Amino acid sequence: MDTVYYLVQNTLPVTIPLLLVALGGMFSERSGVINIALEGTMLFGAFLGCLFVYFIQGSSMNHQYILLLGMVVAALAGMVFSLLLSWAAVTMKADQTITGTALNMLVPGIILLYSKMTFNSDGITTSVDFYVRKVPVLGDIPVIGQLFFQNTYITVYIGFLFLIIATVIFYKTRFGLRLRACGEHPHAADSVGINVYKMRYAGVTISGFLGGIGGFFYAVGVMNSNINGHTGVAGFGFLALAVMIFGQWKPIQILFAALFFAFLRTLAYSVALIPFLAALNINQTYYKMLPYLATMIVLAFTSKKSRAPKAEGIPYDKSQR
Amino acid sequence: MQDKAINSNPSFISKFIHSKGFMAFTAALMSIFLGFVFAFIIMTIADSANAVNGLKMLLVGGFKRLADVIYYATPILMTGLAVGFAFKMGLFNIGASGQYTMGMFFALYVGFMWDLPDGVHWIACVIAGMIGGMLWGLIPGFFKAFLNVHEVITSIMFNYIGMYLVDMLIQGNATMYVSSKTRTAYLPASAQLPSLGIDNSNANISIILAIIAAIILYIILNKTTFGYELRATGFNKHAATYAGMNSRRNIVLTMAIAGAMAGLGGAFAILAPSTIAGSSMTYEPINVIAANGFNGIAVALLGSNNPLGIIFAALFISHIQRGGTLASLYGYKPEIIDIVIAVIIYFSAFAMFMNSAVVAFLKKLFRRNKPEADTTENVSPPDSAQDKTENSMLKEEG
Repeated sequence: MDTVYYLVQNTLPVTIPLLLVALGGMFSERSGVINIALEGTMLFGAFLGCLFVYFIQGSSMNHQYILLLGMVVAALAGMVFSLLLSWAAVTMKADQTITGTALNMLVPGIILLYSKMTFNSDGITTSVDFYVRKVPVLGDIPVIGQLFFQNTYITVYIGFLFLIIATVIFYKTRFGLRLRACGEHPHAADSVGINVYKMRYAGVTISGFLGGIGGFFYAVGVMNSNINGHTGVAGFGFLALAVMIFGQWKPIQILFAALFFAFLRTLAYSVALIPFLAALNINQTYYKMLPYLATMIVLAFTSKKSRAPKAEGIPYDKSQR
Repeated sequence: MQDKAINSNPSFISKFIHSKGFMAFTAALMSIFLGFVFAFIIMTIADSANAVNGLKMLLVGGFKRLADVIYYATPILMTGLAVGFAFKMGLFNIGASGQYTMGMFFALYVGFMWDLPDGVHWIACVIAGMIGGMLWGLIPGFFKAFLNVHEVITSIMFNYIGMYLVDMLIQGNATMYVSSKTRTAYLPASAQLPSLGIDNSNANISIILAIIAAIILYIILNKTTFGYELRATGFNKHAATYAGMNSRRNIVLTMAIAGAMAGLGGAFAILAPSTIAGSSMTYEPINVIAANGFNGIAVALLGSNNPLGIIFAALFISHIQRGGTLASLYGYKPEIIDIVIAVIIYFSAFAMFMNSAVVAFLKKLFRRNKPEADTTENVSPPDSAQDKTENSMLKEEG
């Protein structure tokens, strides 16, 4: 039972970045813009979030408030960064994949340059501990308390809150409907007076918001509030894209896909602590490859009947017929 | 007479401006320029006192290390070919890193584990590297052709899988890995590429092989049926399928060739001769994705996916990379070049569009002056005037 508790407690903080970033990708792609730059967006959000934490860590502020403020900084950073993508992809009609790749390459360079010139290191190391040993009251509930309210981060609860908000916006508001229309058939959307360019800007900016937060939560929940220019976010932005595809561009399915991948990853990094797996004595690297291999296997089976937004990746041109 | 000369002049200029090669060239120049503007801004923010000297170093520093420029250009020339060749078919081969790593591993394996005579050994290593890259390129090709998985996702995933796999295989092999130094052992001399014989440099025969590879790809693309089908598929996938081209076979074949190029790049990088006798290039299995694969994207875009353009683009990127290393003399870090490269890729994604926007703007300016020219031309019969407007319209579309 302890192993189960351990796995759940460790899976959730890993799930949240994947979930948030995949949701961000969903907003962007359903509006018609492929957002390969999510990896870079995450890293940029994580960088500025951690930088903020680094500068504020000396104050006597409650750690959880620092986390919330860092989250706001990361969200803003992600939104600003995503403007680089939307400007190129929507206004300048550039190739979205190439632009995204360029942005992904830009961020590690910025982080390394800044950290090397300022701290003489490869990244930012903070000394704030955001760990929550036990949530008051709720943590005392038997089983459920141990599963969900002990040894965790508040990022988990914020992440689920965002999931609910995102789902409501996506399906229950006029904005959500219009956004989805722009990803399926932008010309039809335009003909009824929806500004496709604005909608796509909105979609990419939301993905920047969620991507930035996801990156910061990755730094908090996975990297102990540190960020490094070399390892970055270890391909989580790309994994999130796979999660999004696996979740067929739908919020609730994305949640389950994120849980699946996060579980595999947690398993990979805690082989030694699980007696059954440790006894098998398989090289740990196989487990590290597992999330990526699982992605490929899953995609191989799901891509044939993929429900990808029809207009994604194609710059919208009003004059085209 | 004079009028005619004036009128034919702009049409010649516009024809020249509209030629595809010239557009690609100015587009590349524009993105390079913007890349350096960006670098200068960053350098000024970081340390304004040395910014001018630093920028000068970035631009001309490479000339002091010409042999190194050639040496470092070789791998990115190969990964550039890997990316550019796939681009011609409309495939974005972001997996050049994984293919590069695989090629490097295969070359290392043959280098360490096979005992072959001098003169044959390094050739076997190079061929092994090519096969390794080819295998890793085949996978995204298969996934794209038969399972409809987007090649970008597949190749990214296989970048990670390849990197972990290679690191594990190297760490598990006692002959190849020196665990106390966390790097591979020195390759035997017979496995190393013949040096070009330039003093104190690693420049070797691989640059020549790489240029030959580029020329072969150019011939494949432009002079063979396969190349024609490949480009046709790149222009319009549906039209190509309708015309009876086997797109599945072509996708797999393209990715295999692209992978082979990247694999060769990995082999060339690791098999390069060392300047210090008894040593060699080494690889550190530290779970980091090979950067040369991503630099290949910049090279391919700058060379506008033309194998011959890619040769020059690789030399250029290598040149500014050397400059970036030398800029550390002024306290800047070599990462500045990563930023420049990223900015160049970013702008080259829509440089063509910017280019045509600039041309359209210039045309507008020109047209504003045109009414005067028309009045002087009133004598000519109306038919020819109509011809002219039609001509210019055609040109605009082209």
